[in-house]
Amino acid sequence: MTLRVKALESLLVEKGLVDPAALDAIIDTYEHKVGPRNGARVVARAWSDPEYKRRLLDDATAAIAELGYGGRQGEHMVVVENAAKVHNLVVCTLCSCYPWPVLGLPPVWYKSSPYRSRAVSNPRGVLAEFGLALPDDVEIRVWDSTAEIRYLVLPERPAGTEALNEEQLAELVTRDSMIGVALAKKEVAA
Amino acid sequence: MNGVHDMGGMEGFGPIAPEPNEPVFHHRWEARALALTLAAGAWGRWTLDQSRHARERIPAADYLRMSYYEKWVAGLVALLVESGLVTRKEIEDAHAASGAEKSSPRLTADSVAVSLASGRPTLREIAAAPRFAKGAAVRARNLHPSGHTRLPRYVRGKLGTITRHHGAHVFPDTNAHGLGEQPQHLYQVRFETRELWGSAQRNAVYLDLWESYLEPA
Repeated sequence: MTLRVKALESLLVEKGLVDPAALDAIIDTYEHKVGPRNGARVVARAWSDPEYKRRLLDDATAAIAELGYGGRQGEHMVVVENAAKVHNLVVCTLCSCYPWPVLGLPPVWYKSSPYRSRAVSNPRGVLAEFGLALPDDVEIRVWDSTAEIRYLVLPERPAGTEALNEEQLAELVTRDSMIGVALAKKEVAA
Repeated sequence: MNGVHDMGGMEGFGPIAPEPNEPVFHHRWEARALALTLAAGAWGRWTLDQSRHARERIPAADYLRMSYYEKWVAGLVALLVESGLVTRKEIEDAHAASGAEKSSPRLTADSVAVSLASGRPTLREIAAAPRFAKGAAVRARNLHPSGHTRLPRYVRGKLGTITRHHGAHVFPDTNAHGLGEQPQHLYQVRFETRELWGSAQRNAVYLDLWESYLEPA
């Protein structure tokens, strides 16, 4: 594939259809600038600021833009909130839709057939594969991203984190907890 | 199309394999493939729905065998050739045809940030009032189009409830085939696990479905 893609790139450059420096800039964006730390900041802000959380649940696109995030594959955002008896899980059964501006590019497993096929029909089994066992009375809501609406899970704030500031709270928020295959971490790693 | 990409509810693909500390790209060619797809897409010769459909049209056995970015490359080549930006012979030769006119790239390095930050919103204003209100009982229609659709097989014919109206959005089933955006009202619809899978578990699956995918129940 290395040679094949190299040949394709050189053809498109030769024809003046793409600019190699633009390709570098796109790659740099998703390797270094846009990733799950953006989403973690959104979640930490929502945990710290009830007014922000209200805005986030009401109009996620606008609330996320307040922190400077938005654009490609996050044009229309909806945030779904976990609670004691509700757990949310995001999937795209038809392809690989994923909220790029807040989570970056999706991991391989999210785009894989095993996850795409079973997340809707057996979410409890899927969560077990990630080591997450939820009580039977928790309702699992699976969000299949069939349109251009992108979903982000707002995980529950762990107990005992009252003393943490927003930056420390963001450390607890993993990518997987914002997809819904994990809970937020309970404490900041030493 | 009832393709293998429409895999919600299937089994037999094996365990999920999360990779700890996974890099954004596993090979440099994957990064170039993603960037080439976005940069070539800036020509506006195809829509996002057309690019999804290009990947769905990969023969089923190949679709399941290929890695994610292998599918992107196959889709990009199909779009480049079908749109006329590149000829099949140029792909095979890995060189521009002699005498071919040289273009100027649509996406330049200094416009990447703005382009990615603005994205491609699909919300549109339409004159028609929404047919369904929040709380309405609906049935997903039993449609089997041979072209692109975002109505997965596993909800067709199933009963659900409207939980949210997203406004009107570009309709993929036409936009993927050069038939225009034809925006329609888009709804978030909740389907109970019992309805979809016959399970007693109190879970639900939510999908975003266009108005013409739905009928009153």
